[in-house]
Amino acid sequence: MAAKSSPPTSAQFLPDAKPVAPVSVLAETGKLNRGAKPGMTKTAVLEALRLMMLGRAFDTKCLSLQRQGKLGTFAPIFGQEATLVGTAMALDPAHDWVVPQYRELPAIIRQGQPMERIALYRQGHPDGGIIAEGVNVMATQVSLAAQIPHAVGLAWGLKMQNRPGVVAVYFGDGASSEGDFHESCNLAGVVEAPVIFVLQNNGWAISTPRDIQSGATDLAARAPGYGFPGVSVDGNDLFAVHKVTAEAVTRARAGLGPTLIEAHCFRMGPHTTADDPTRYVDPADLERWAKRDPIDRVQKYLAAEGNWDKATEETWEQDIAAEVEAAFEAASAHPRAGPEAIYEHVYAEPTPTIIRQRDAHLGGQ
Amino acid sequence: MAEMNMVEAIRSALKLEMERDERVIVMGEDVGHLGGVFRATDGLQQFFGSSRVIDTPLAESVIAGSALGLAITGMVPVIEMQFLGFTQQAFHQICQQMSRVRFRTRGSHTAQITIRSPFGGGVRTPEFHSDSMEAQFAQSSGLKIAMPANPYDAKGLLLEAIRDPDPVLYLEPLRGYRLITGEVPRDDYTVPFGRLRVVREGTDVTVIAWSGAVPVAEKAAEIAAEQGISAHVVDLRTLVPLDEEGLVAAVEKTGRCVVVHESVALAGFGAEVIAFLQEQAFYSLEAPMRRVTAPDAPYPMPGIEDFYIPTAEQVARAIAQTMADQ
Ligand SMILES: Cc1ncc(C[n+]2csc(CCOP(=O)(O)OP(=O)(O)O)c2C)c(N)n1
Repeated sequence: MAAKSSPPTSAQFLPDAKPVAPVSVLAETGKLNRGAKPGMTKTAVLEALRLMMLGRAFDTKCLSLQRQGKLGTFAPIFGQEATLVGTAMALDPAHDWVVPQYRELPAIIRQGQPMERIALYRQGHPDGGIIAEGVNVMATQVSLAAQIPHAVGLAWGLKMQNRPGVVAVYFGDGASSEGDFHESCNLAGVVEAPVIFVLQNNGWAISTPRDIQSGATDLAARAPGYGFPGVSVDGNDLFAVHKVTAEAVTRARAGLGPTLIEAHCFRMGPHTTADDPTRYVDPADLERWAKRDPIDRVQKYLAAEGNWDKATEETWEQDIAAEVEAAFEAASAHPRAGPEAIYEHVYAEPTPTIIRQRDAHLGGQ
Repeated sequence: MAEMNMVEAIRSALKLEMERDERVIVMGEDVGHLGGVFRATDGLQQFFGSSRVIDTPLAESVIAGSALGLAITGMVPVIEMQFLGFTQQAFHQICQQMSRVRFRTRGSHTAQITIRSPFGGGVRTPEFHSDSMEAQFAQSSGLKIAMPANPYDAKGLLLEAIRDPDPVLYLEPLRGYRLITGEVPRDDYTVPFGRLRVVREGTDVTVIAWSGAVPVAEKAAEIAAEQGISAHVVDLRTLVPLDEEGLVAAVEKTGRCVVVHESVALAGFGAEVIAFLQEQAFYSLEAPMRRVTAPDAPYPMPGIEDFYIPTAEQVARAIAQTMADQ
């Protein structure tokens, strides 16, 4: 409680938030900042690197399939690998949850969702919606910010039942303008839900730049307004992202409630395959951010430690390509869905109307 | 006259009206610098500046809600909702606030606002992008609903919408955005609300459609013609107001009726059309009226959406069945 002092007699306006320097551990050069520690074991770093490379390879493959007309519209992760993997690696897939927007491929894979399912989803197959048994992820969310209230509910439910899990919910700077985001933060602060809001500030919401999205200097600075801490982090720095997430997880597990993480990264690809970013992204920005590449940075770090070289990189790339290929082959071997799929899973038991409509449809009417 | 597709016709209406009336502003997600994800507002920001063509933060509820406030100050907002599925985030602002402000204030405050939004399936968009939910809005008294099917109507109805003193939901068939082309006057003209359009004259059965379902109905009429059936196809153009006289006349002409739409059957707008005709044209009917709609299931993943959307063949079958009914 505040000490007893006489109330101010003139207005004391809260100060404008000052820009916050993002947490940084691994510099662009691949060297640790002075005094900084990776905070991950060598095995964990290698696992993280593999996930980042896998995510990038998967979406590179998807891009080529999409160009050949074999895949629907999707949102590639390019540039966001460290944000996704650094956060996911701080979670325990057995208890913790990932609630995605639509650009969280490696985080979902880390939780255990088979790649074949993700490939099916991208192929537009209804079975792509199936969440594998025991995998703690929610469905891809296309309606922006709609997943954030769900995540708060999940976290709240785990807490009510004294279950150990925490929930990481992902969304973009654009989605953070939606009422659903703000209402979720407010509720999470009230019920002290064990939820981590992962705001991926990739600079863009389609063509809308970050400075038009919000008048706030730092999006992380919104958190105190809801009664919990916010942190700003270099989203291209695997170690820094992992570190702040691990701290947020610790807080959540200790019953201290939510954290907002603003990860600064850059969308290196198109918004989706339907987008033409050359109409609005400055090539100079792309060049600048390319130098900060999240994967390259970790590879340089590992190389300096004597744990990475060209030959290893080539072997990994081949293995990963084969793994991605296998996922798509498995997905393509999945039986094609027919019209009956439309009428399944609408309700637990189909209503008489649905049965009538289905029979008429399948009977050729 | 110029040959235009739907998007070009819409853009030409926006440009014309912004030049004519400086109270008109365009706002929405990605409408400015990019010119809209479908380029409907392409070039407008360069021409009119960023104070009249405004990239908003990503938040539909405040786009719609602030439009009401703007309208009360005398501005004329034309807002773009990137996809109809995402008007749901603004549903309260549109249906409860914007639509009723006249009624609640007994005419003191009004909402001269146009809400443009693409909708409809068949183009392999991701989830929530393809739903047809016009009927959900039709129950919001105070809101008008325009649903053009061709570029001529797109321009004329949009100009009418922007000038209308009441809020208008103006829906654009995504599938036809670039596919459907036609002759469009370069100059100012309006298409009045509440007047249906006869798309094809016929004598045996009346087919009623709007927006993206109109080409489906036309194709069905061609199939029916091969079977010796003469279908009379009409396009409602606006659901609210409904062309009551025109509908009765169109059905009395043939005594038979098939309604086609892409949204679900349950409480879809086709149900309203049929209920109305049952009340107003019953004695001219020679057969039960039929509907061809999407099933009562959520819009599915792109891989099976072609099974979901009503096809011309399904409509042609319904036409033939109606003809066989006594
Ligand atoms: C509620 C809602 N409104 C609009 C859209 C259309 N839309 C899809 S992605 C997008 C931009 C999203 O930006 P952001 O949240 O920053 O995420 P990013 O795509 O950059 O990862 C928009 C406007 C949508 N999917 N959902």
